[in-house]
Amino acid sequence: MTTNQRNNHRSVEEFSEAVIAKALNGDRFCGLFATKEASAVRLDAVFADNPQLFVASVLLPRSAEAFPSLSPYIPSASWYEREIYDLFGLLATGPSGPYPLVLPLSEGHVRPQPGSGSGKLHEPFEIDLSPLSSHLEGEGVFTIPFGPVRSGVFESIEYVVETPGEDIAHLRARVFYKHRGVQISFEGLDVNDGVLMAERSEGVASVAHCVAYCGALEKIAGTEPPVVAGLVRVIHAELERIVNHLDSIVRHTEAAGQAVAYSRFTLHKERLQRMRGRLCGSRFGRGVVVPGGVTGPPQLSPNELLVQLDEIEHDIRSDLKLLMATPSFLDRLRGTGILPPALAHCFAAIGPVGRGSNQSDDVRFTRPYDAYRQLSHQLIENRSEGDALSRQWVRIDEITGSFHFIRQATDRLERASRKGDLWRFELEIVDGEDWGWAEAPQGELLYLVKVEDGTLARVKPRSASFHNLGLFHTAFPKDILTDFAFIEASFGISIAGVAG
Amino acid sequence: MPWIPRGLRNGIVTSRYPQTQDSYGENFRAAIVIRPHQYDLTIAKKVVDACPTNAISLNENMPSLDRGRCILCGRCEELYPDAFQFDSGFEIASANRGQLIVPSLEETDSLLADTKKELAQRVKALKRSVHIRHIDMGSDGADEWEVAALTNPVYDVQRLGVYFTASPRHADLLLVTGVGTVGMVSSLEKTLDSMPDPKIVVAAGVDAISGGLIGRGYASNGGISKMVKVDVFVPGSPPTPFGLLYGILLATARIPIWRAGTCSGAPRIMGKPLKQADFGRPRDDGYLSEENP
Ligand code: SF4
Repeated sequence: MTTNQRNNHRSVEEFSEAVIAKALNGDRFCGLFATKEASAVRLDAVFADNPQLFVASVLLPRSAEAFPSLSPYIPSASWYEREIYDLFGLLATGPSGPYPLVLPLSEGHVRPQPGSGSGKLHEPFEIDLSPLSSHLEGEGVFTIPFGPVRSGVFESIEYVVETPGEDIAHLRARVFYKHRGVQISFEGLDVNDGVLMAERSEGVASVAHCVAYCGALEKIAGTEPPVVAGLVRVIHAELERIVNHLDSIVRHTEAAGQAVAYSRFTLHKERLQRMRGRLCGSRFGRGVVVPGGVTGPPQLSPNELLVQLDEIEHDIRSDLKLLMATPSFLDRLRGTGILPPALAHCFAAIGPVGRGSNQSDDVRFTRPYDAYRQLSHQLIENRSEGDALSRQWVRIDEITGSFHFIRQATDRLERASRKGDLWRFELEIVDGEDWGWAEAPQGELLYLVKVEDGTLARVKPRSASFHNLGLFHTAFPKDILTDFAFIEASFGISIAGVAG
Repeated sequence: MPWIPRGLRNGIVTSRYPQTQDSYGENFRAAIVIRPHQYDLTIAKKVVDACPTNAISLNENMPSLDRGRCILCGRCEELYPDAFQFDSGFEIASANRGQLIVPSLEETDSLLADTKKELAQRVKALKRSVHIRHIDMGSDGADEWEVAALTNPVYDVQRLGVYFTASPRHADLLLVTGVGTVGMVSSLEKTLDSMPDPKIVVAAGVDAISGGLIGRGYASNGGISKMVKVDVFVPGSPPTPFGLLYGILLATARIPIWRAGTCSGAPRIMGKPLKQADFGRPRDDGYLSEENP
């Protein structure tokens, strides 16, 4: 097991300097996080340092109200800084002032401050819903809000489009509407209850969240799950990936008005959800991954599983083949929502969004965990066009790869498992702190977990959706409003994972 | 038009619920029942403590379980399988919050009859079709998938005259998911204001019913009941598509009278045991295969 590297800095200036140098060096920035400690707030800047993580930290004195903003050098730091301001009241001083993201509170409000263990005691806050000040100036600028209640069955979010005409000029996302206080909800739970919370932090990626959360706990305890458990995790995680990618395809077909394709792919999605239900009793793979392993093997025999899988894959493939040869569909995706590779690099885009713009990091391969270390895979080809179509192609390739993984894992599981197999090692609950990860369907998922006196003192999930939504606006330079649905579908964002 | 023949393949997968029972739904384990048993209090107390959402309580040494809180984690069954057990079937929604607590109390049954009569009065005006507006009040995202699944060819709610609408002005029923976040309160009010009467409200999932695992917090109201009068409660974390469909039919008085009020664990038909004939022909094993329908 590799250990994450941690560098503690004595002053915030030293910290900023080191972090900026790391970014300028081309290392991929994964996020900036704060944690309330006994007498101070700690900042952690995290970078991918495959096959592990690099964490730079600094303790801010209790009296600190601000720290120098990193976003002039690291553009994707901006959303993290905004979240830190909302939750801790710590301002990142830089060119732009505070701009609420997950919790718009008026000045002087007590903030929840995750890590302090007192956030749960707060009464519900009054939220400041004052309208956005316009980003653009000049005559004839329209402000068009979409949401937060969307037209259709979608999660709540508001997009504010400011446009001088047909072209989208500027787009901002307001995600706080469905902020649930997930980070605070973890605090004080015992580690087993934490699993249930992780499953509900971004429900469509429950398995990935459990894997990353348990991965952190296993690092703290210095244990690895049994080999067979690692295989079971892969089966559930890859099924989750296929279904999420199908969901993205469904949304594309819906936006394009491809009624038959829409119903075909919703059908395949339902079939897979039922299959997942048969494997573990939950249509979302819940209740399988636990600290130290899994609760048990799939509840279908390997043979049944493989037969059903073949049948579903065959049908998905045949419909995908037709869909990706339907010109009226492709026309809507080609050249739509272009995220140029250079920009994707600069914003450290992850997941299928990154891979559609030539950013390849997939932590299943670069920081392998569970059974991904043993299973063979074909590397998924990057695409560099950066449009909705290339993101769609990445997902299609990943679906193929996922079927491949499930077959291999099922085979190995059949050969490796014996009567009386241990599916779960008893995990020793020791105090400590570490980072876990997983490649969720949306991209790299990180979990900071800190255990104190045997209970969770701080848990911070960082979903890929959060990171990628922060660069969503960059994919709109040329597109007219009618392309909005396609761009949104091609980003495949889960709002629950963003709002926290 | 190469898509057209593929569209025709969908027909055979569509469920015939509620005209006939659906075996997939019938076999899905969507609730916990409490079995009559000589309860061992030491274990029962342990279960009460272990339940992550405080769904279980002990009343005069008799355990009861609130499905409006239960997130189906399975811990109670694991700790005390003689008393707690997963049960299959999805017709677990109710028009009465109290009826989600099992084993059910007799008073709630008579209360329920009143609630139902009142609800039936209100929805009389809805003739053939029902238009649904969905609003997310802070879900984990899984609930939306299950709600959206209702339009897939398996559940195909349009066949029952149930439609989703984008405009609250055309909506008869508001389907609410999520814990009731502070940030969504004013949006909920606006949506309700623009809906015409009879404004039926369905709380979809334990998050909407009680806040689920998040419960009450600085950003969550612990469900939506404080903000709006709920007509039908659909348990589940997330609720299953069949569970939601049953809830919608219940809310719009479209459940055949002989089946209304059944709740797995309770008698299936009031006073009368269920016969095969009540369900019509038994269907497939629930596994959706195009090749052998
Ligand atoms: S299954 Fe439901 S009642 Fe049983 S312990 Fe879990 S949440 Fe509690």
